[in-house]
Amino acid sequence: MATVRHRPEALELLEAQSKFTKKELQILYRGFKNPCPLSHQECPSGVVNEETFKEIYSQFFPQGDSTTYAHFLFNAFDTDHNGAVSFEDFIKGLSILLRGTVQEKLNWAFNLYDINKDGYITKEEMLDIMKAIYDMMGKCTYPVLKEDAPRQHVETFFQKMDKNKDGVVTIDEFIESCQKDENIMRSMQLFENVI
Amino acid sequence: MAAGVATWLPFARAAAVGWLPLAQQPLPPAPGVKASRGDEVLVVNVSGRRFETWKNTLDRYPDTLLGSSEKEFFYDADSGEYFFDRDPDMFRHVLNFYRTGRLHCPRQECIQAFDEELAFYGLVPELVGDCCLEEYRDRKKENAERLAEDEEAEQAGDGPALPAGSSLRQRLWRAFENPHTSTAALVFYYVTGFFIAVSVIANVVETIPCRGPARRPPREQPCGDRFPLAFFCMDTACVLIFTGEYLLRLFAAPSRCRFLRSVMSLIDVVAILPYYIGLFVPKNEDVSGAFVTLRVFRVFRIFKFSRHSQGLRILGYTLKSCASELGFLLFSLTMAIIIFATVMFYAEKGTNKTNFTSIPAAFWYTIVTMTTLGYGDMVPSTIAGKIFGSICSLSGVLVIALPVPVIVSNFSRIYHQNQRADKRRAQQKVRLARIRLAKSGTTNAFLQYKQNGGLEDSGSGEEQALCVRNRSAFEQQHHHLLHCLEKTTCHEFTDELTFSEALGAVSLGGRTSRSTSVSSQAVGSSSLLSSCCPRRAKRRAIRLANSTASVSRGSMQELDTLAGLRRSPAPQSRSSLNAKPHDSLDLNCDSRDFVAAIISIPTPPANTPDESQPSSPGGGGGASSTLRNSSLGTPCLLPETVKISSL
Repeated sequence: MATVRHRPEALELLEAQSKFTKKELQILYRGFKNPCPLSHQECPSGVVNEETFKEIYSQFFPQGDSTTYAHFLFNAFDTDHNGAVSFEDFIKGLSILLRGTVQEKLNWAFNLYDINKDGYITKEEMLDIMKAIYDMMGKCTYPVLKEDAPRQHVETFFQKMDKNKDGVVTIDEFIESCQKDENIMRSMQLFENVI
Repeated sequence: MAAGVATWLPFARAAAVGWLPLAQQPLPPAPGVKASRGDEVLVVNVSGRRFETWKNTLDRYPDTLLGSSEKEFFYDADSGEYFFDRDPDMFRHVLNFYRTGRLHCPRQECIQAFDEELAFYGLVPELVGDCCLEEYRDRKKENAERLAEDEEAEQAGDGPALPAGSSLRQRLWRAFENPHTSTAALVFYYVTGFFIAVSVIANVVETIPCRGPARRPPREQPCGDRFPLAFFCMDTACVLIFTGEYLLRLFAAPSRCRFLRSVMSLIDVVAILPYYIGLFVPKNEDVSGAFVTLRVFRVFRIFKFSRHSQGLRILGYTLKSCASELGFLLFSLTMAIIIFATVMFYAEKGTNKTNFTSIPAAFWYTIVTMTTLGYGDMVPSTIAGKIFGSICSLSGVLVIALPVPVIVSNFSRIYHQNQRADKRRAQQKVRLARIRLAKSGTTNAFLQYKQNGGLEDSGSGEEQALCVRNRSAFEQQHHHLLHCLEKTTCHEFTDELTFSEALGAVSLGGRTSRSTSVSSQAVGSSSLLSSCCPRRAKRRAIRLANSTASVSRGSMQELDTLAGLRRSPAPQSRSSLNAKPHDSLDLNCDSRDFVAAIISIPTPPANTPDESQPSSPGGGGGASSTLRNSSLGTPCLLPETVKISSL
C-alpha cells in the first residue's frame, strides 16, 4: 500500500477550487509531502494515513492523549472515506476552516461532531467527542478533572443547542444557536491568519 | 519541540475550529504574527560552497544556530548570504538534518571533527539518527578509550599523580588495585604472591612421605606428621599475612558492602577460615574427621593467584558467562549416562560375579566409556553387553565432541550479544529520555509562558517584552492553541507539583469542596499575582506553592481563622491590581511582595467582592485584564459571572 505514490491535481485546479493562493498551496504541499520526519516508521509520500495523523497531532498535545480526537478529525478530513487523507482532501478541509464563511465553518464543525454522519448529533456522539477533547488535557489539570466533567459539558451544550428538546441536535438548530452566541461568532475569526 | 511538525501547526490550529461551538469560555485572541512574507530561499555559503534552502526548513529547529536569530551574526549584507568558515563536507550532514529530521554520521570523517561541527551548529549529539547512532557511539567510545589509555600511560610513567588531599584509605585502595603505582605496593604485591606460593607448596609437601627416623621397620609417614611444628609455623605465618591483607583491603575499600560480596574477598575468607576453625576446634577424635576435611579448603588459596593473573580472571568470567551451555552439556551427558547404565546393568544382570552390581555402579562404567577413557576395571561379558558397550562408546564420542564447538561459538556469540544488548538498552533509555525531555520541554515552556503573564493582552510594548521571554512565532501560535483548549474545557494545564497538591487538598477530610476552593484560590491567586509581576513570578509561585502545601496539610480550623485574619488586606491587593500595572511596576512589585509576605493564603471571599462589582474601576484594559485573571482563579462553577465580565 505504501508504494503507491499519489500525485495531487494540478496547482491551478487546486487554486481554483480552494481559497488559497498559489504560494500558500506551495508551502502547504511542502509540509504535507514530508509528514513524519521524526518518526522511525516509513510514511508514504503524498497521502497521510491515520497513524501519521495521530502521531503529528500528539506532538502538539504532549500532556494528554490526543489519539481519539485525531481519529475524529481524520474522519472529518477524509471525506471520501478511503482511509487516507490526500492533498486535495487536506486543502478542501483547510480552505473551509481558514477561509470559509461562518456558515461553512459551522457546517464543518457539525460534520465533525456527527460521527456516523446521519445528520443528527446525539448525546452519545457528543459525549464521545467531549471525552476525546478532555483526554487531550491529560491528567495534570487545574482544577482536577472529574469523571463527569465531559458529561456535564455535554448537558450544557445540549441545553443551549437543542431547541425542541428532542434529544438530538440537527444542523439547523446547531447553526441557529451558534449564530445567537456572541462568543462563538467572535471566535470564528480567530484562526484566519493561520497561514 | 520536535520540528518538522512546525509545518503542521497551521493544520492543528485550523482544526481547533471544531472546539469553537463547545467552548464555555471566550477563547483568547490569536497572537499577532507579522504578515508572513511567504517562503524565501536562503543562501548559505560554507567556505565557498553554496547551499540553498528554504527559510522554513531552517526554522524547523529553532534552538540551533541556523534556526534561530544567531545566524544573523554570520549574515553578509553585501552578498546577501550567510557565510560560515567551516568544513563544507560536514555541513552537508548538518543541512540534511534540517531537511529530513535525521542526523547521519559520516563514515570516513574523524568523529572528533564531527562532534566539533555539531557543537558549533548547536546540535546535540543525541540527535544522531538511529541508523548511525550505534556506530557513532562505538567510535566515540573507542576514541575516548584510546585517549584515556594514552593519559593513563602518561600518568603511570610520571609516577603517582594522586589528587591532593586524598585520604589514607584512598591511597591504600589505589595501592592495592594498581601495584605499579608505588614501590611499596609492588613489594606488597610480590610478598603476598610469594606467600601464596609458599602456602600452596607447603600444603602439597606435607603429604609427601618422608623417611622416618631410623627405626625398625622404617616407617614412612607424611612430612606433615614428621615435622608438625615446622609446618604449623609456616601455616600460621601465611595465615597471618593473608588475614592482615584481607583486613587492610576491607579498611581501604570504598564500598565495604560491595567488597564483602565480591568473589575475591570470598576466596580470601575461605582461604583463612579453616585455620581459625582448626584453632578453636579441640583435638578429639570425633571432630577431627571434619577438621581434616576443612584442611582441604586450604587449597583454595591457589585461587588468590587470580588477583595476580589476568588470564585466570578472564577464564573465570568465561565460565560464568557460558554457564548455560555448560549446564546443557552436563544435562545431556547425565541423560546419556543414565540410559546406558540402565541398559548395561540389565544386559549384564545374568552374569555371575559381574561388576555391574547396580545401576549406580554401572554409572562409573558408562562415564569411563563415554569419555573414551576405558580404564578396564569394569568390562561387559555378555554379547548384548558388548554390543551396547560399543554403542555407548561411539555415542560418547558424539555427545562429548558436539557441544564443545557449540559452546565455543556460543560463548563468542553470547559475549558479543550481551554487549550489544547493553548498548541497545542504553540507546533505548536515551531515546525515551529524549522524547520525555521534548514533551516536558513543551509543557514547561507553556507553563512558564503562563506564569510569565503571557495571558495578558499583548498591548503594552516594552514592559511586556521585558517580562515575557522572547518566543518564536511558532511557540506563540502553539501556546495560543493550548490556551484555546484550556478555555474550551475550562481546565488548565498544570505541572505535577501543583496537580499533586490539588489532589492532596481534595482528599483531605470531609470538607472537600471547601478545601479545593481554598487551595484553588491559593493557586489561582498565585497566577493572579504572578501575572501582574512576571519578573518575580517564579519566586512567588514557589513561595505560594510551598504555602499551599503547608495549607493543604493543615487543619480546617486553622484555615478559617487565617481566612478571617487576612480579610482586611485583601481588598488592598485587589485595588493595587486594578491600578495600571505597567506604569508603576516596581511599586506594585514591592506592595505585592509585602502582600505576599503576610498573606500566605488568600481569602475565599476575596474574589466575591470582585465579582459583585460587574464594572470595575480603572481603565478598560486594566479591567479586562483583571477580570480575565480573576476568571482564571474562579472555577467554572459560575459561568454567569464570567459572561457578565466578558461584556
